[in-house]
Amino acid sequence: MGRFRYSYNFITGKWMLVTLAVILCLPVIIGISLGIRSADLLHDNGLIDLLFSSAWAPSKGEFGFLPFILSSLYVTIIAFVLAAPVCLLAAMYITQFSKPRMMKIMYPVADVMAGIPSVIYGMWGIIVIIPFVRDVLAPLFNVHTTGYSILSGGIVLAVMCIPYMLNMLIESFKTVPQGLRESALALGATHWQMVKHVVVRKSFPGILSAFGLGITKAFGETLAVMMVVGNVVQFSLNPFDPAYPLPALIANNFGEMMSIPMYDSALMFAALILLVVILIINLFFRYFIYRSKKIR
Amino acid sequence: MYNNENVILNQCPNTGKDSLNAISIRDLNVFADKTQILKSLNIDIPKHKITVILGPSGCGKTTLLKSMNRLTDLYKALEVSGQICIHGEDILLSHKDMSALRQKTGLLSQKPYPLPVSLYKNITYGPKLKGIKNKKILDKIVTRQLKEVGLWEEVKDRLNASPDCLSIGQQQRLCLARGLAVKPSIILADEPTSALDPTSSQIIEKQFMKIKKTYTIVLVTHVVRQAMRLADYVVFMHNGEIIETGGVEIFKNPKTDQMKEYLINGN
Ligand SMILES: Nc1ncnc2c1ncn2[C@@H]1O[C@H](COP(=O)(O)OP(=O)(O)O)[C@@H](O)[C@H]1O
Ligand SMILES: [Mg+2]
Repeated sequence: MGRFRYSYNFITGKWMLVTLAVILCLPVIIGISLGIRSADLLHDNGLIDLLFSSAWAPSKGEFGFLPFILSSLYVTIIAFVLAAPVCLLAAMYITQFSKPRMMKIMYPVADVMAGIPSVIYGMWGIIVIIPFVRDVLAPLFNVHTTGYSILSGGIVLAVMCIPYMLNMLIESFKTVPQGLRESALALGATHWQMVKHVVVRKSFPGILSAFGLGITKAFGETLAVMMVVGNVVQFSLNPFDPAYPLPALIANNFGEMMSIPMYDSALMFAALILLVVILIINLFFRYFIYRSKKIR
Repeated sequence: MYNNENVILNQCPNTGKDSLNAISIRDLNVFADKTQILKSLNIDIPKHKITVILGPSGCGKTTLLKSMNRLTDLYKALEVSGQICIHGEDILLSHKDMSALRQKTGLLSQKPYPLPVSLYKNITYGPKLKGIKNKKILDKIVTRQLKEVGLWEEVKDRLNASPDCLSIGQQQRLCLARGLAVKPSIILADEPTSALDPTSSQIIEKQFMKIKKTYTIVLVTHVVRQAMRLADYVVFMHNGEIIETGGVEIFKNPKTDQMKEYLINGN
Protein backbone atom coordinates (compact mmCIF):
# COMPACT_ATOMS: atom_id res chain seq x y z
CA MET A 1 0.00 0.00 0.00
CA GLY A 2 2.73 2.42 1.05
CA ARG A 3 4.69 1.58 -2.02
CA PHE A 4 1.72 1.99 -4.23
CA ARG A 5 0.99 5.36 -2.74
CA TYR A 6 4.58 6.37 -3.22
CA SER A 7 4.60 5.55 -6.92
CA TYR A 8 1.14 7.03 -7.25
CA ASN A 9 2.38 10.28 -5.78
CA PHE A 10 5.47 10.13 -7.91
CA ILE A 11 3.49 9.65 -11.11
CA THR A 12 0.87 12.28 -10.37
CA GLY A 13 3.61 14.64 -9.22
CA LYS A 14 5.54 14.09 -12.42
CA TRP A 15 2.44 14.42 -14.54
CA MET A 16 1.57 17.69 -12.95
CA LEU A 17 5.04 18.92 -13.70
CA VAL A 18 4.77 17.76 -17.30
CA THR A 19 1.39 19.40 -17.84
CA LEU A 20 2.73 22.57 -16.30
CA ALA A 21 5.77 22.45 -18.56
CA VAL A 22 3.54 21.94 -21.61
CA ILE A 23 1.46 24.98 -20.68
CA LEU A 24 4.54 27.10 -20.06
CA CYS A 25 6.10 26.00 -23.36
CA LEU A 26 2.99 26.50 -25.49
CA PRO A 27 3.57 30.15 -26.37
CA VAL A 28 7.20 29.38 -27.15
CA ILE A 29 6.26 26.41 -29.32
CA ILE A 30 3.67 28.46 -31.18
CA GLY A 31 6.17 31.28 -31.64
CA ILE A 32 8.90 28.97 -32.90
CA SER A 33 6.67 27.13 -35.36
CA LEU A 34 5.39 30.43 -36.75
CA GLY A 35 8.97 31.69 -36.93
CA ILE A 36 10.13 28.62 -38.86
CA ARG A 37 7.27 28.87 -41.32
CA SER A 38 7.86 32.56 -41.98
CA ALA A 39 11.63 32.16 -42.29
CA ASP A 40 11.48 31.99 -46.11
CA LEU A 41 9.72 35.31 -46.38
CA LEU A 42 12.04 36.92 -43.84
CA HIS A 43 15.00 35.67 -45.81
CA ASP A 44 13.72 36.99 -49.14
CA ASN A 45 12.27 40.34 -48.13
CA GLY A 46 14.10 41.31 -44.96
CA LEU A 47 12.53 42.27 -41.63
CA ILE A 48 12.69 46.05 -42.06
CA ASP A 49 10.99 45.95 -45.43
CA LEU A 50 8.28 43.61 -44.19
CA LEU A 51 7.44 45.76 -41.18
CA PHE A 52 7.80 49.23 -42.64
CA SER A 53 6.82 48.95 -46.28
CA SER A 54 3.23 49.52 -47.30
CA ALA A 55 3.49 47.90 -50.72
CA TRP A 56 1.18 44.92 -50.67
CA ALA A 57 1.13 42.87 -53.89
CA PRO A 58 1.49 39.19 -53.04
CA SER A 59 1.47 38.11 -56.69
CA LYS A 60 4.52 40.32 -57.32
CA GLY A 61 6.19 39.13 -54.16
CA GLU A 62 5.68 42.46 -52.37
CA PHE A 63 4.74 42.00 -48.75
CA GLY A 64 4.62 45.24 -46.78
CA PHE A 65 2.77 44.71 -43.53
CA LEU A 66 2.68 48.32 -42.38
CA PRO A 67 -0.97 49.01 -43.36
CA PHE A 68 -2.12 45.91 -41.49
CA ILE A 69 -0.13 46.68 -38.39
CA LEU A 70 -1.32 50.29 -38.31
CA SER A 71 -4.93 49.24 -38.97
CA SER A 72 -4.79 46.82 -36.08
CA LEU A 73 -3.32 49.43 -33.76
CA TYR A 74 -5.82 52.09 -34.83
CA VAL A 75 -8.87 49.89 -34.35
CA THR A 76 -7.54 48.74 -31.00
CA ILE A 77 -6.85 52.27 -29.79
CA ILE A 78 -10.34 53.42 -30.78
CA ALA A 79 -11.87 50.44 -29.00
CA PHE A 80 -9.81 51.11 -25.90
CA VAL A 81 -10.52 54.83 -25.84
CA LEU A 82 -14.24 54.12 -26.09
CA ALA A 83 -14.41 51.23 -23.65
CA ALA A 84 -11.93 52.15 -20.91
CA PRO A 85 -13.62 55.26 -19.48
CA VAL A 86 -17.04 53.63 -19.68
CA CYS A 87 -15.83 50.57 -17.81
CA LEU A 88 -13.91 52.60 -15.26
CA LEU A 89 -16.84 54.84 -14.40
CA ALA A 90 -19.34 51.98 -14.43
CA ALA A 91 -17.16 49.85 -12.15
CA MET A 92 -16.62 52.81 -9.85
CA TYR A 93 -20.33 53.48 -9.69
CA ILE A 94 -21.27 49.86 -9.11
CA THR A 95 -18.75 49.27 -6.34
CA GLN A 96 -18.67 52.66 -4.63
CA PHE A 97 -21.93 54.49 -5.12
CA SER A 98 -24.79 52.17 -5.98
CA LYS A 99 -26.73 49.70 -3.87
CA PRO A 100 -25.16 46.24 -3.51
CA ARG A 101 -28.02 44.85 -5.58
CA MET A 102 -26.57 46.55 -8.65
CA MET A 103 -23.56 44.27 -8.51
CA LYS A 104 -25.74 41.18 -8.40
CA ILE A 105 -27.45 42.32 -11.60
CA MET A 106 -24.20 43.33 -13.28
CA TYR A 107 -22.30 40.07 -12.97
CA PRO A 108 -24.68 37.84 -14.96
CA VAL A 109 -25.07 40.57 -17.60
CA ALA A 110 -21.32 40.81 -18.02
CA ASP A 111 -21.01 37.03 -18.11
CA VAL A 112 -23.63 36.76 -20.83
CA MET A 113 -21.93 39.53 -22.78
CA ALA A 114 -18.59 37.74 -22.52
CA GLY A 115 -20.17 34.50 -23.63
CA ILE A 116 -21.79 35.81 -26.81
CA PRO A 117 -19.87 34.41 -29.82
CA SER A 118 -17.99 37.02 -31.80
CA VAL A 119 -19.94 36.24 -34.97
CA ILE A 120 -23.03 37.60 -33.24
CA TYR A 121 -21.21 40.80 -32.36
CA GLY A 122 -20.20 40.99 -36.01
CA MET A 123 -23.77 40.55 -37.20
CA TRP A 124 -24.95 43.14 -34.72
CA GLY A 125 -22.25 45.45 -36.01
CA ILE A 126 -23.49 45.06 -39.56
CA ILE A 127 -27.14 45.54 -38.65
CA VAL A 128 -26.78 48.35 -36.13
CA ILE A 129 -23.34 49.95 -35.99
CA ILE A 130 -22.69 50.23 -39.73
CA PRO A 131 -25.92 52.15 -40.44
CA PHE A 132 -25.35 54.19 -37.30
CA VAL A 133 -21.88 55.21 -38.42
CA ARG A 134 -23.01 55.81 -42.01
CA ASP A 135 -26.27 57.66 -41.38
CA VAL A 136 -25.75 59.32 -38.00
CA LEU A 137 -22.08 59.85 -37.19
CA ALA A 138 -20.69 60.50 -40.69
CA PRO A 139 -23.14 63.31 -41.52
CA LEU A 140 -22.19 64.98 -38.23
CA PHE A 141 -18.63 65.27 -39.50
CA ASN A 142 -19.63 65.91 -43.09
CA VAL A 143 -17.99 62.81 -44.46
CA HIS A 144 -19.20 60.12 -46.75
CA THR A 145 -18.70 56.51 -45.82
CA THR A 146 -20.09 53.08 -46.52
CA GLY A 147 -20.08 52.48 -42.79
CA TYR A 148 -17.56 49.68 -43.13
CA SER A 149 -14.80 51.52 -41.34
CA ILE A 150 -12.18 51.72 -38.64
CA LEU A 151 -14.70 53.44 -36.41
CA SER A 152 -17.27 50.66 -36.80
CA GLY A 153 -14.59 48.09 -36.00
CA GLY A 154 -13.55 50.10 -32.96
CA ILE A 155 -17.11 50.42 -31.67
CA VAL A 156 -17.84 46.70 -32.06
CA LEU A 157 -14.53 45.85 -30.40
CA ALA A 158 -15.22 48.26 -27.57
CA VAL A 159 -18.51 46.55 -26.83
CA MET A 160 -16.78 43.18 -26.92
CA CYS A 161 -14.07 44.30 -24.48
CA ILE A 162 -16.46 45.81 -21.98
CA PRO A 163 -17.48 42.65 -20.10
CA TYR A 164 -13.87 41.56 -19.57
CA MET A 165 -12.60 44.93 -18.44
CA LEU A 166 -15.69 45.65 -16.35
CA ASN A 167 -15.50 42.36 -14.48
CA MET A 168 -11.83 42.82 -13.71
CA LEU A 169 -12.28 46.42 -12.62
CA ILE A 170 -15.17 45.52 -10.33
CA GLU A 171 -13.11 42.72 -8.84
CA SER A 172 -10.16 44.96 -8.16
CA PHE A 173 -12.28 47.79 -6.70
CA LYS A 174 -14.02 45.28 -4.48
CA THR A 175 -10.76 44.12 -2.95
CA VAL A 176 -10.17 47.54 -1.37
CA PRO A 177 -10.88 46.87 2.31
CA GLN A 178 -13.86 48.59 3.90
CA GLY A 179 -11.62 49.64 6.80
CA LEU A 180 -9.34 51.53 4.44
CA ARG A 181 -12.25 53.39 2.91
CA GLU A 182 -13.54 54.25 6.37
CA SER A 183 -10.10 55.46 7.39
CA ALA A 184 -10.03 57.98 4.56
CA LEU A 185 -13.53 59.20 5.39
CA ALA A 186 -12.63 59.47 9.07
CA LEU A 187 -9.74 61.73 8.12
CA GLY A 188 -12.22 64.09 6.52
CA ALA A 189 -12.30 62.95 2.89
CA THR A 190 -15.57 63.27 1.03
CA HIS A 191 -16.92 60.14 -0.58
CA TRP A 192 -15.58 61.16 -3.97
CA GLN A 193 -12.17 62.11 -2.57
CA MET A 194 -12.03 58.75 -0.84
CA VAL A 195 -12.77 56.95 -4.10
CA LYS A 196 -10.23 59.02 -6.02
CA HIS A 197 -7.39 58.96 -3.50
CA VAL A 198 -7.81 55.55 -1.96
CA VAL A 199 -9.89 53.16 -4.02
CA VAL A 200 -8.44 54.07 -7.40
CA ARG A 201 -4.90 54.25 -6.11
CA LYS A 202 -5.12 51.04 -4.12
CA SER A 203 -6.50 49.16 -7.10
CA PHE A 204 -4.24 50.80 -9.67
CA PRO A 205 -2.38 47.57 -10.50
CA GLY A 206 -5.77 45.92 -11.02
CA ILE A 207 -6.90 48.76 -13.27
CA LEU A 208 -3.76 48.32 -15.36
CA SER A 209 -4.32 44.56 -15.62
CA ALA A 210 -7.88 45.14 -16.75
CA PHE A 211 -6.75 47.63 -19.38
CA GLY A 212 -4.01 45.28 -20.55
CA LEU A 213 -6.48 42.45 -20.90
CA GLY A 214 -8.90 44.68 -22.81
CA ILE A 215 -6.23 45.86 -25.22
CA THR A 216 -4.84 42.41 -25.99
CA LYS A 217 -8.38 41.12 -26.40
CA ALA A 218 -9.17 43.91 -28.85
CA PHE A 219 -5.92 43.49 -30.74
CA GLY A 220 -6.41 39.79 -31.33
CA GLU A 221 -10.15 39.76 -32.01
CA THR A 222 -10.72 38.57 -35.56
CA LEU A 223 -14.15 37.69 -36.77
CA ALA A 224 -16.32 40.52 -35.52
CA VAL A 225 -13.88 43.20 -36.67
CA MET A 226 -13.41 41.53 -40.02
CA MET A 227 -17.15 41.74 -40.64
CA VAL A 228 -17.37 45.52 -40.18
CA VAL A 229 -13.98 47.04 -40.89
CA GLY A 230 -14.13 46.92 -44.69
CA ASN A 231 -10.90 44.99 -45.32
CA VAL A 232 -9.18 47.37 -47.72
CA VAL A 233 -5.40 47.36 -47.74
CA GLN A 234 -4.62 50.95 -46.90
CA PHE A 235 -3.92 53.10 -43.98
CA SER A 236 -5.82 56.29 -43.44
CA LEU A 237 -6.08 58.42 -40.33
CA ASN A 238 -9.72 59.09 -41.14
CA PRO A 239 -11.68 56.72 -38.89
CA PHE A 240 -14.52 56.64 -41.44
CA ASP A 241 -12.24 54.90 -43.96
CA PRO A 242 -11.98 51.14 -44.14
CA ALA A 243 -8.90 49.28 -42.96
CA TYR A 244 -7.48 45.80 -42.81
CA PRO A 245 -6.27 44.54 -39.43
CA LEU A 246 -3.81 41.66 -39.14
CA PRO A 247 -6.18 38.99 -37.82
CA ALA A 248 -8.58 39.74 -40.68
CA LEU A 249 -5.77 39.31 -43.20
CA ILE A 250 -4.95 35.88 -41.86
CA ALA A 251 -8.53 34.68 -41.56
CA ASN A 252 -9.60 35.99 -44.96
CA ASN A 253 -6.76 34.50 -46.96
CA PHE A 254 -5.99 31.34 -45.13
CA GLY A 255 -7.91 29.20 -47.63
CA GLU A 256 -5.92 30.34 -50.66
CA MET A 257 -2.52 30.73 -49.14
CA MET A 258 -1.04 27.95 -51.26
CA SER A 259 -2.06 29.54 -54.56
CA ILE A 260 0.56 32.31 -54.54
CA PRO A 261 4.26 31.71 -53.81
CA MET A 262 5.37 32.89 -50.38
CA TYR A 263 1.79 33.77 -49.45
CA ASP A 264 1.66 31.00 -46.81
CA SER A 265 4.89 32.25 -45.36
CA ALA A 266 3.49 35.79 -45.32
CA LEU A 267 0.39 34.76 -43.40
CA MET A 268 2.55 32.90 -40.89
CA PHE A 269 4.58 36.05 -40.53
CA ALA A 270 1.37 38.05 -39.94
CA ALA A 271 0.48 35.63 -37.17
CA LEU A 272 3.97 36.02 -35.74
CA ILE A 273 3.61 39.81 -35.68
CA LEU A 274 0.29 39.43 -33.91
CA LEU A 275 1.85 37.17 -31.31
CA VAL A 276 4.85 39.42 -30.77
CA VAL A 277 2.73 42.58 -30.44
CA ILE A 278 0.49 40.91 -27.88
CA LEU A 279 3.59 39.77 -26.04
CA ILE A 280 4.96 43.30 -26.06
CA ILE A 281 1.68 44.76 -24.81
CA ASN A 282 1.67 42.20 -22.02
CA LEU A 283 5.25 42.90 -21.00
CA PHE A 284 4.56 46.62 -21.13
CA PHE A 285 1.59 46.30 -18.76
CA ARG A 286 3.43 43.82 -16.52
CA TYR A 287 6.20 46.35 -16.17
CA PHE A 288 3.82 49.16 -15.24
CA ILE A 289 1.89 46.95 -12.84
CA TYR A 290 5.18 46.05 -11.20
CA ARG A 291 6.18 49.71 -11.04
CA SER A 292 2.85 50.85 -9.66
CA LYS A 293 3.02 48.22 -6.94
CA LYS A 294 6.42 49.43 -5.84
CA ILE A 295 6.13 53.19 -6.05
CA ARG A 296 3.09 55.08 -4.97
CA MET B 1 -32.35 58.24 7.56
CA TYR B 2 -32.03 60.19 10.82
CA ASN B 3 -35.21 60.65 12.74
CA ASN B 4 -34.57 63.74 14.76
CA GLU B 5 -37.89 65.50 14.94
CA ASN B 6 -38.22 65.25 18.70
CA VAL B 7 -34.54 65.74 19.32
CA ILE B 8 -34.41 69.17 17.77
CA LEU B 9 -36.70 70.37 20.56
CA ASN B 10 -34.36 69.04 23.22
CA GLN B 11 -31.35 71.06 24.08
CA CYS B 12 -27.92 69.64 23.55
CA PRO B 13 -26.26 68.76 26.88
CA ASN B 14 -23.26 70.91 27.57
CA THR B 15 -20.21 69.52 25.82
CA GLY B 16 -18.57 72.85 25.13
CA LYS B 17 -15.26 74.22 26.32
CA ASP B 18 -16.17 74.64 29.98
CA SER B 19 -17.90 71.27 30.28
CA LEU B 20 -16.43 68.20 31.91
CA ASN B 21 -17.83 66.01 29.17
CA ALA B 22 -16.53 65.74 25.65
CA ILE B 23 -19.39 63.67 24.29
CA SER B 24 -22.95 63.30 25.49
CA ILE B 25 -25.10 60.56 24.06
CA ARG B 26 -28.83 60.62 24.66
CA ASP B 27 -31.33 57.96 23.75
CA LEU B 28 -29.23 56.55 20.95
CA ASN B 29 -31.00 53.82 19.02
CA VAL B 30 -29.60 51.99 16.04
CA PHE B 31 -31.65 49.59 13.98
CA ALA B 32 -30.46 47.31 11.22
CA ASP B 33 -33.61 46.62 9.28
CA LYS B 34 -35.88 45.22 12.04
CA THR B 35 -33.27 44.23 14.62
CA GLN B 36 -32.18 46.74 17.19
CA ILE B 37 -28.40 46.90 17.56
CA LEU B 38 -28.18 49.71 20.12
CA LYS B 39 -30.96 50.16 22.65
CA SER B 40 -31.55 53.63 23.99
CA LEU B 41 -28.03 54.42 25.13
CA ASN B 42 -27.20 57.35 27.41
CA ILE B 43 -23.52 58.03 28.00
CA ASP B 44 -21.47 61.01 29.11
CA ILE B 45 -17.86 60.68 28.08
CA PRO B 46 -15.50 62.68 30.31
CA LYS B 47 -12.89 64.96 28.84
CA HIS B 48 -9.19 64.06 28.85
CA LYS B 49 -9.93 60.63 30.21
CA ILE B 50 -9.87 57.16 28.72
CA THR B 51 -13.39 55.82 28.50
CA VAL B 52 -13.41 52.11 27.89
CA ILE B 53 -16.38 50.54 26.19
CA LEU B 54 -16.24 46.94 27.27
CA GLY B 55 -18.35 44.04 26.17
CA PRO B 56 -18.44 40.75 24.33
CA SER B 57 -18.22 40.55 20.54
CA GLY B 58 -21.39 41.50 18.77
CA CYS B 59 -22.75 43.65 21.59
CA GLY B 60 -22.65 46.77 19.42
CA LYS B 61 -19.38 48.43 20.45
CA THR B 62 -18.21 49.11 16.91
CA THR B 63 -21.61 50.41 15.92
CA LEU B 64 -21.59 52.80 18.87
CA LEU B 65 -18.15 54.06 17.94
CA LYS B 66 -19.06 54.49 14.28
CA SER B 67 -22.13 56.50 15.21
CA MET B 68 -19.81 58.99 16.88
CA ASN B 69 -18.23 59.99 13.58
CA ARG B 70 -21.16 59.11 11.35
CA LEU B 71 -19.40 56.24 9.61
CA THR B 72 -22.75 54.55 10.14
CA ASP B 73 -23.85 56.60 7.12
CA LEU B 74 -21.97 54.14 4.93
CA TYR B 75 -24.31 51.31 5.80
CA LYS B 76 -27.64 51.86 4.16
CA ALA B 77 -29.26 49.24 6.41
CA LEU B 78 -28.50 51.13 9.61
CA GLU B 79 -30.98 53.60 11.02
CA VAL B 80 -29.64 55.87 13.73
CA SER B 81 -31.76 58.04 15.99
CA GLY B 82 -31.18 60.00 19.16
CA GLN B 83 -28.62 62.57 20.03
CA ILE B 84 -24.82 62.60 20.08
CA CYS B 85 -23.42 65.93 21.21
CA ILE B 86 -19.84 66.89 20.55
CA HIS B 87 -18.68 70.45 21.20
CA GLY B 88 -22.22 71.45 22.02
CA GLU B 89 -23.53 70.29 18.67
CA ASP B 90 -25.69 67.32 17.81
CA ILE B 91 -23.75 65.50 15.11
CA LEU B 92 -26.67 63.30 14.15
CA LEU B 93 -28.58 66.27 12.76
CA SER B 94 -28.26 66.55 9.02
CA HIS B 95 -24.91 68.11 8.63
CA LYS B 96 -23.50 70.27 5.90
CA ASP B 97 -19.81 69.76 6.48
CA MET B 98 -19.29 66.08 7.14
CA SER B 99 -15.52 66.44 6.70
CA ALA B 100 -15.24 68.99 9.50
CA LEU B 101 -17.47 66.85 11.66
CA ARG B 102 -15.36 63.75 11.15
CA GLN B 103 -12.16 65.69 11.73
CA LYS B 104 -13.31 66.38 15.29
CA THR B 105 -12.47 62.77 15.97
CA GLY B 106 -9.54 60.57 15.03
CA LEU B 107 -10.27 56.93 14.25
CA LEU B 108 -8.07 53.99 15.03
CA SER B 109 -9.48 50.74 13.70
CA GLN B 110 -9.02 47.11 14.59
CA LYS B 111 -6.33 46.64 11.96
CA PRO B 112 -4.03 49.36 10.71
CA TYR B 113 -5.17 50.61 7.31
CA PRO B 114 -2.39 52.86 6.03
CA LEU B 115 -3.39 54.84 2.94
CA PRO B 116 -1.70 53.59 -0.23
CA VAL B 117 0.75 56.49 -0.26
CA SER B 118 4.07 57.28 1.40
CA LEU B 119 4.49 57.62 5.17
CA TYR B 120 4.77 61.38 4.77
CA LYS B 121 1.59 61.62 2.73
CA ASN B 122 -0.27 59.40 5.18
CA ILE B 123 0.26 62.03 7.85
CA THR B 124 -0.41 65.03 5.62
CA TYR B 125 -3.58 63.59 4.08
CA GLY B 126 -5.93 65.00 6.70
CA PRO B 127 -4.23 68.40 7.05
CA LYS B 128 -4.21 68.77 3.25
CA LEU B 129 -7.95 68.10 3.14
CA LYS B 130 -8.25 70.91 5.66
CA GLY B 131 -6.55 73.17 3.12
CA ILE B 132 -3.04 73.32 4.55
CA LYS B 133 -0.69 73.50 1.58
CA ASN B 134 2.42 75.15 2.96
CA LYS B 135 5.26 72.64 2.75
CA LYS B 136 6.98 73.94 5.87
CA ILE B 137 3.85 73.61 7.96
CA LEU B 138 3.21 70.13 6.60
CA ASP B 139 6.80 69.12 7.38
CA LYS B 140 6.32 70.36 10.91
CA ILE B 141 3.08 68.45 11.32
CA VAL B 142 4.73 65.24 10.12
CA THR B 143 7.62 65.61 12.52
CA ARG B 144 5.41 66.55 15.44
CA GLN B 145 2.89 63.75 14.94
CA LEU B 146 5.48 61.06 14.37
CA LYS B 147 7.27 62.18 17.52
CA GLU B 148 4.01 62.22 19.45
CA VAL B 149 3.45 58.52 18.70
CA GLY B 150 7.11 57.63 19.15
CA LEU B 151 7.67 56.66 15.54
CA TRP B 152 9.96 59.47 14.46
CA GLU B 153 13.29 57.85 15.27
CA GLU B 154 12.23 54.67 13.50
CA VAL B 155 11.12 56.22 10.21
CA LYS B 156 12.71 59.65 9.88
CA ASP B 157 15.08 58.43 7.15
CA ARG B 158 12.38 56.89 4.97
CA LEU B 159 9.44 59.25 5.04
CA ASN B 160 8.87 58.69 1.33
CA ALA B 161 8.75 54.92 1.64
CA SER B 162 5.54 52.95 1.44
CA PRO B 163 3.90 51.99 4.75
CA ASP B 164 4.20 48.36 3.63
CA CYS B 165 7.77 48.41 4.91
CA LEU B 166 6.59 49.01 8.47
CA SER B 167 5.68 46.32 10.96
CA ILE B 168 2.01 46.05 11.79
CA GLY B 169 2.61 47.70 15.16
CA GLN B 170 4.41 50.61 13.51
CA GLN B 171 1.58 50.87 10.98
CA GLN B 172 -0.93 51.18 13.80
CA ARG B 173 1.11 53.99 15.33
CA LEU B 174 1.28 55.62 11.91
CA CYS B 175 -2.51 55.47 11.75
CA LEU B 176 -2.70 57.07 15.17
CA ALA B 177 -0.31 59.81 14.09
CA ARG B 178 -2.32 60.34 10.91
CA GLY B 179 -5.50 60.71 12.94
CA LEU B 180 -3.89 63.14 15.37
CA ALA B 181 -2.63 65.28 12.49
CA VAL B 182 -6.10 66.69 11.85
CA LYS B 183 -6.07 67.98 15.43
CA PRO B 184 -9.10 66.16 16.74
CA SER B 185 -10.07 66.53 20.36
CA ILE B 186 -11.36 62.98 20.56
CA ILE B 187 -9.82 59.66 19.61
CA LEU B 188 -12.08 56.76 18.77
CA ALA B 189 -10.19 53.48 18.99
CA ASP B 190 -11.90 50.23 18.03
CA GLU B 191 -9.96 47.34 19.56
CA PRO B 192 -6.77 48.99 18.28
CA THR B 193 -4.44 46.33 19.65
CA SER B 194 -6.35 43.20 18.70
CA ALA B 195 -4.19 42.58 15.63
CA LEU B 196 -0.92 43.47 17.34
CA ASP B 197 1.72 41.50 19.18
CA PRO B 198 2.05 42.11 22.95
CA THR B 199 4.99 44.49 22.59
CA SER B 200 3.29 46.68 19.99
CA SER B 201 0.09 46.60 22.03
CA GLN B 202 2.00 47.84 25.00
CA ILE B 203 3.46 50.70 22.99
CA ILE B 204 0.00 51.76 21.83
CA GLU B 205 -1.34 51.54 25.38
CA LYS B 206 1.53 53.70 26.62
CA GLN B 207 0.78 56.24 23.90
CA PHE B 208 -2.80 56.41 25.07
CA MET B 209 -1.77 57.01 28.67
CA LYS B 210 0.56 59.73 27.46
CA ILE B 211 -1.79 61.58 25.13
CA LYS B 212 -4.90 61.46 27.30
CA LYS B 213 -3.73 64.74 28.83
CA THR B 214 -4.64 66.46 25.57
CA TYR B 215 -7.22 64.14 24.03
CA THR B 216 -10.40 62.45 25.07
CA ILE B 217 -10.06 58.77 24.27
CA VAL B 218 -12.89 56.34 23.66
CA LEU B 219 -11.44 52.87 23.61
CA VAL B 220 -13.44 49.86 22.57
CA THR B 221 -12.19 46.53 23.80
CA HIS B 222 -13.37 43.10 24.75
CA VAL B 223 -10.26 42.40 26.82
CA VAL B 224 -10.94 42.92 30.52
CA ARG B 225 -7.28 43.25 31.46
CA GLN B 226 -6.70 45.97 28.91
CA ALA B 227 -9.75 47.78 30.23
CA MET B 228 -8.38 47.51 33.77
CA ARG B 229 -5.00 48.86 32.71
CA LEU B 230 -6.31 51.87 30.84
CA ALA B 231 -9.79 52.84 31.95
CA ASP B 232 -10.70 55.96 33.83
CA TYR B 233 -14.33 55.37 33.10
CA VAL B 234 -15.97 52.12 32.06
CA VAL B 235 -19.07 51.46 30.02
CA PHE B 236 -20.03 47.81 30.06
CA MET B 237 -22.32 46.76 27.24
CA HIS B 238 -24.22 43.62 26.51
CA ASN B 239 -26.61 42.94 23.65
CA GLY B 240 -26.81 46.56 22.62
CA GLU B 241 -27.60 47.78 26.11
CA ILE B 242 -25.53 49.53 28.73
CA ILE B 243 -25.43 47.24 31.72
CA GLU B 244 -23.13 49.14 34.01
CA THR B 245 -21.02 52.27 34.03
CA GLY B 246 -18.57 53.71 36.51
CA GLY B 247 -14.96 54.31 37.47
CA VAL B 248 -12.32 51.60 37.84
CA GLU B 249 -13.94 50.49 41.09
CA ILE B 250 -16.56 48.59 39.11
CA PHE B 251 -13.96 45.97 38.28
CA LYS B 252 -13.75 45.22 42.01
CA ASN B 253 -17.41 45.57 42.82
CA PRO B 254 -19.50 44.75 39.76
CA LYS B 255 -23.14 45.30 40.54
CA THR B 256 -24.74 43.19 37.85
CA ASP B 257 -24.53 39.48 37.24
CA GLN B 258 -23.68 39.99 33.58
CA MET B 259 -20.66 42.11 34.43
CA LYS B 260 -19.58 39.67 37.17
CA GLU B 261 -19.76 36.81 34.73
CA TYR B 262 -17.89 38.71 32.04
CA LEU B 263 -15.11 39.63 34.44
CA ILE B 264 -14.69 35.97 35.33
CA ASN B 265 -14.97 34.48 31.84
CA GLY B 266 -13.79 37.32 29.65
CA ASN B 267 -10.21 37.03 31.03
N1 LIG C 1 -24.24 47.23 8.70
C1 LIG C 1 -24.88 46.32 9.45
N2 LIG C 1 -25.99 45.73 8.99
C2 LIG C 1 -26.63 44.82 9.75
N3 LIG C 1 -26.25 44.42 10.96
C3 LIG C 1 -25.15 44.97 11.49
C4 LIG C 1 -24.40 45.94 10.76
N4 LIG C 1 -23.35 46.31 11.52
C5 LIG C 1 -23.44 45.60 12.67
N5 LIG C 1 -24.52 44.79 12.64
C6 LIG C 1 -24.93 43.88 13.73
O1 LIG C 1 -24.92 44.59 14.93
C7 LIG C 1 -24.41 43.80 15.99
C8 LIG C 1 -23.28 44.54 16.68
O2 LIG C 1 -22.17 44.62 15.84
P1 LIG C 1 -20.84 45.39 16.25
O3 LIG C 1 -21.19 46.78 16.56
O4 LIG C 1 -19.84 45.17 15.19
O5 LIG C 1 -20.42 44.63 17.58
P2 LIG C 1 -19.01 44.57 18.30
O6 LIG C 1 -18.14 45.63 17.74
O7 LIG C 1 -19.35 44.79 19.75
O8 LIG C 1 -18.47 43.21 18.10
C9 LIG C 1 -23.99 42.49 15.40
O9 LIG C 1 -24.96 41.54 15.70
C10 LIG C 1 -23.94 42.75 13.92
O10 LIG C 1 -24.35 41.61 13.22
MG1 LIG D 1 -16.23 45.40 16.82
